[in-house]
Amino acid sequence: MKPKAFDYLKVSSAEEAVVALAQGGEDARIIAGGLSLMPMLNFRLAEPSILIDISKVDSLNYIREADGHVEIGAATRQADLMRWDGLADKLPLVNAALPYVGHYQTRAKGTVCGSLSHADPSSELPLCLAVLEGEVDLQSTNGKRTIPADQFQTGMLSTAKQAGEMITAARYPTAKDGCGYAFTEMAQRRGDFAIVALAAIASAKSIKLGIGGVADRPTVREWDLLEGDALNNALNEFAWDLGGYDDIHATARYRRELVRRLGRRVIEEAKTCRS
Amino acid sequence: MADVALGKKFLGQPVERVEDEILLMGKAQYSDHLPTRAGTQHAAILRSPHAHAKIISIDTTRAENIPGVTAVMTGDDVKEMSEAFLIVLRQPINQWALAVEKVRYVGEPVAIVVARNRYIAEDALAEIDVTYEAMKPAVDQEEAILDDAPIVHEAVGSNVVSTRDFTYGDPDDAFAAADKVVKMKIRYPRNSQTPLEGFVVTADYHQGENLYDVASNYQGPFTSHPVMSMALRVKNSQLRMRTPQWSGGGFGIKVQIFPYVVLICLASKKVGKPVKWVEDKLEHLSAAAAAPNRLIKMEAAVKNDGTVTGFRFDQQDDYGAFLRAPMPGPLYRMHGILTGAYDIKNLSVTNRVVMTNKCPSAMVRGFGGPQMYYGIERIMHKVATELGMDPLDVIRKNLVPAGVFPYRAAAGALIDSGDYPGAVERAVKEGALEDLKKRRDEMRAAGKKYGIGYAAIVEPAQSNMGYLSNILPRDERQRNPKGGAVANATVNVDPLGTVSVTADSIPQGQGHMTILSQIVADVLGLTPDQIKVNLDFDTAKDAWSIATGNYSSRFSSATTVACLKAAEKVKAKLARIASQTLNVPADQLEFVDGKIRDPSNPENGINFYRAAGSAHWTPGNLPDEMEPCVRETGSWSPPELESPNEKDQINTSLTYGFVFDFCGIEVDEDTGEVKIDKYVTMHDSGTLLNPLLADGQVHGAFAWAIGCALYEEFVYGDDGSFLTGTFADYLVPTAWEVPEPQIVHMESPSMLTPLGAKGIAEGNCMSTPVCLANAVADALDVEDITLPMTPTRISAMIHGEEKPPNNDKPAVTIPVKGEGNVLRGTGETFVPAEPLEVWNTLLDPKALAAVIPGCHALDLIGDNSYEADVSLGVGPVRGRFKANVGLTEMVEPKKATLSGGLIGPLGASQGSGHVFLEAADDGTKVSYDYAIELTGTVASVGGRLLEGAAKALVKQFFQRLGAQVGGRPVSGGEPWWRNLLRSLGLLK
Repeated sequence: MKPKAFDYLKVSSAEEAVVALAQGGEDARIIAGGLSLMPMLNFRLAEPSILIDISKVDSLNYIREADGHVEIGAATRQADLMRWDGLADKLPLVNAALPYVGHYQTRAKGTVCGSLSHADPSSELPLCLAVLEGEVDLQSTNGKRTIPADQFQTGMLSTAKQAGEMITAARYPTAKDGCGYAFTEMAQRRGDFAIVALAAIASAKSIKLGIGGVADRPTVREWDLLEGDALNNALNEFAWDLGGYDDIHATARYRRELVRRLGRRVIEEAKTCRS
Repeated sequence: MADVALGKKFLGQPVERVEDEILLMGKAQYSDHLPTRAGTQHAAILRSPHAHAKIISIDTTRAENIPGVTAVMTGDDVKEMSEAFLIVLRQPINQWALAVEKVRYVGEPVAIVVARNRYIAEDALAEIDVTYEAMKPAVDQEEAILDDAPIVHEAVGSNVVSTRDFTYGDPDDAFAAADKVVKMKIRYPRNSQTPLEGFVVTADYHQGENLYDVASNYQGPFTSHPVMSMALRVKNSQLRMRTPQWSGGGFGIKVQIFPYVVLICLASKKVGKPVKWVEDKLEHLSAAAAAPNRLIKMEAAVKNDGTVTGFRFDQQDDYGAFLRAPMPGPLYRMHGILTGAYDIKNLSVTNRVVMTNKCPSAMVRGFGGPQMYYGIERIMHKVATELGMDPLDVIRKNLVPAGVFPYRAAAGALIDSGDYPGAVERAVKEGALEDLKKRRDEMRAAGKKYGIGYAAIVEPAQSNMGYLSNILPRDERQRNPKGGAVANATVNVDPLGTVSVTADSIPQGQGHMTILSQIVADVLGLTPDQIKVNLDFDTAKDAWSIATGNYSSRFSSATTVACLKAAEKVKAKLARIASQTLNVPADQLEFVDGKIRDPSNPENGINFYRAAGSAHWTPGNLPDEMEPCVRETGSWSPPELESPNEKDQINTSLTYGFVFDFCGIEVDEDTGEVKIDKYVTMHDSGTLLNPLLADGQVHGAFAWAIGCALYEEFVYGDDGSFLTGTFADYLVPTAWEVPEPQIVHMESPSMLTPLGAKGIAEGNCMSTPVCLANAVADALDVEDITLPMTPTRISAMIHGEEKPPNNDKPAVTIPVKGEGNVLRGTGETFVPAEPLEVWNTLLDPKALAAVIPGCHALDLIGDNSYEADVSLGVGPVRGRFKANVGLTEMVEPKKATLSGGLIGPLGASQGSGHVFLEAADDGTKVSYDYAIELTGTVASVGGRLLEGAAKALVKQFFQRLGAQVGGRPVSGGEPWWRNLLRSLGLLK
């Protein structure tokens, strides 16, 4: 289980990284924490020609609050965000979700933007970004652009990021007055990939539920303040529409069951913690 | 040694493990750390992506031409240089160290590359071209025994390679006289215990001596040493096996390193240099070993008062593709104790050994016990349910009573000691069972699904080397009777009086060094820290025998006794030496506090080191005929381990401990998770040599049992693909998932071992899975429980009929994954061109090459059949494959069937699909369906993402088809729900 030979370049700025990306062509890859990329390299599921290491780029390692959102640089570790003082106040949903992201050890290496870039359908951080309607900053030698969350993840392990582009930051909108936020997920062991991950936001007028782990990307639906059977029906429709499938850990039916049952739990929790 | 009292025996006290600091602080030198000779080469192994296939050809030319590659070997080379491995059964099941002629499981070694380093060796694996002809595999054990099943070993002619019937007492009579016959069928899954450290082999062939010098983490039993030397065509003494002091865990698995020892030996001989191979985790999970999955059809003859008077078992074990020695051990190791903890005299058993296209089975901690007790204790639970009795009362009713030991069980086990009813009552009291029952009532009253489970088992230790003889007919086994179980240990005292100990126990982390130091310290009047124990092992230098090794909990009842005997020999010798000086008869001297002295006159003594030193410094002064130096070896084999008798009875093990567990669990109504609320485990393992180590073994076995009950299973697709190749797929519980059990001890010393100790390392592997299953059966009031009890399985039992989606919405075709590992899907797209134009594109090699994602080259190789070189993948995952695609059932320009296959370093795939073209407004509606089987690395490690990846790839193909034929596919003007479904990836 050894990777195929590749070049390795440690860069000190995003500008340097995108130049290297442009020169490296389609087979160049950014590495930050390496949590997803390293196993793929060792299994030889991915054989990049060059790895461009941004983990030590100071200018990409930040958490900054401004204009109604929290901006997180591409080199910022999940553990750094978890330790950030403002997390519980400003990003209560992310605060609730982060303990489910892998393990203590993996969060110490894994980056927030790396998780967004990898775009695993079960991942918690892309789900939170989708539900909160955040956005992602991309940069290449051609310039910069910003993509809203609902257009960023385009499918299984796939994003709108083009060859030559890298994520420089992600922006998670901060908590709004009167809203409640809740997160839960079902995985067989603590830290496993979610069978179903659920993120809910309740406001005075509506409820919003995002589901990870069922469709090929996080999927969000918003309703009026439904209660009782109306909510049950809405959840049932959502569960069927997601079109989950069987794998060795869970059947499609079980995933729908979790969307219905935990969906209700997480919405109730979001309602009760409305500020 | 905080809790250790001086001035009394160390044995029995909680002496801290000398191993702990070394292991926990990262100071241990494991197999991979062992020094290698300059010029050592590194090996990588090419493995089969197919469960069952003929090997048509292997072309190694490109691999051999890579700079740094020393040699590439295939099955042909191995067959020429070695013999097939000897097996227990007289059946033509031939296994060499590499596959010969055909492959029989995913992961089977097909070729080996030897290179300057592992990176280059793995580069070269991708350059070996193997042409396979895939065959239908026998995967499910119940289907494998059917008449029309594919045959794993054609020369045998059947997948059932052994059937043996045994009868003890008069079961027919018992069943005829029964008030009730309770029947049950259970399946025990395929699982393992996965050591942190995988296999490591370094082999160095010494041409001048025709000797193979091997350093590996082989754990024994050394019954397979001659299997290796015979395969290598050398005398036993020409295969030197060395094992290190430290191990990253064994659990039985590491006996199965032996085919790799032979392979690396042959590689070393071929290249004339030492060769090293380190197994990686994918290799380990897919191809190292698994406990055999077992099917048991059981019947119990029952009286209305709960007395069970007879059992009938039909046991069928699935050993996978080969029977590697000592297989089929799990089916026979427990044979003598087939009636478990119960006083049941009438028993009939049929044992069947079944071969399938899966990884060969092997020794795994528990070794047949988890399977057997899953059957016995589930049916005891069912007996209670059917009689309307409390399951514990049925257990109590049938336990072997107190005061009857030694007790001969129906199938031959000689149970040495115990008090089963007493142990149960102690556990009930100390574990507060009555409170637990109250809690169950309260929880149920609150609407919760809560259950209590019980299990009572007998835990055997120190296997009789003759236990497998029962698989042979009586006359055959009597010609060459086998029995016994020899252990060896040596105690040495050097010229300065320091004591060192060696033994053939091949520890895997249990703490053998600590216990041997306790034993020797007690005998010689020293302290454990004065005894240096070294347990690395070398067949060229150390005392050993066929039973040497680490398995079947043999240490506490066997190695300890050999060590005790060696220490007593040393004591006797030093006493004679001291007796000369002290003028006291040798047998009246005592060894205390580093002195040898007269107990009636403690002033009359000499230092231990001085007595020992005189055997080195002044050998001329030793008593008459005494040999110089102090080095004594103790060997021990208990006489109770006899060969099977004429009635097929066999005392399969030397000691038999008793375990009684009960637990309370709650099933989460929403998620189906099983939450362990309380777990009590009672152990009577004879005399406890060291309570700390005993509890450590209980914790370890319990943790694994949690895995077996709730998480761990090796999963195969119907096509034989292996689907659990990572630890995100094969789920081993972590500290979060393992609750703290309440451990209760009782000590009924064994009268058959001088130290009174029995085994304790495997009990919970046998008792806990079934105890939890019984609790879930109680909570849900169900009979059919499948391990592991995953949330999705529990959900299927408790969540009832599912509410369908609303009818006024369009029906959505959910891609349903079919049986096994078949990926299925359907879709449609619109192409703004005439059907004929689309049709022609599909038939035009150039146009088709442009449509297939990642296509590097495409050639027409026959009528409507193509060969292509493609890179396929999603996101960053990408692999290069050779593809063969053919079009059949063609109706121009309406429909066609595509079928074909892919093969590449990441795996192999077979699939087929249908394409339908239908004229629509200004273009063509293209609809399709597909079914794809995937096997090899990508199936083993990608499980969770495969369905989505296949969907994405097929979608890409049709999008590109649209683009190729008529520009971009159009959209718009459709109902809102189509957009929604498209955004969900359900429509294209």
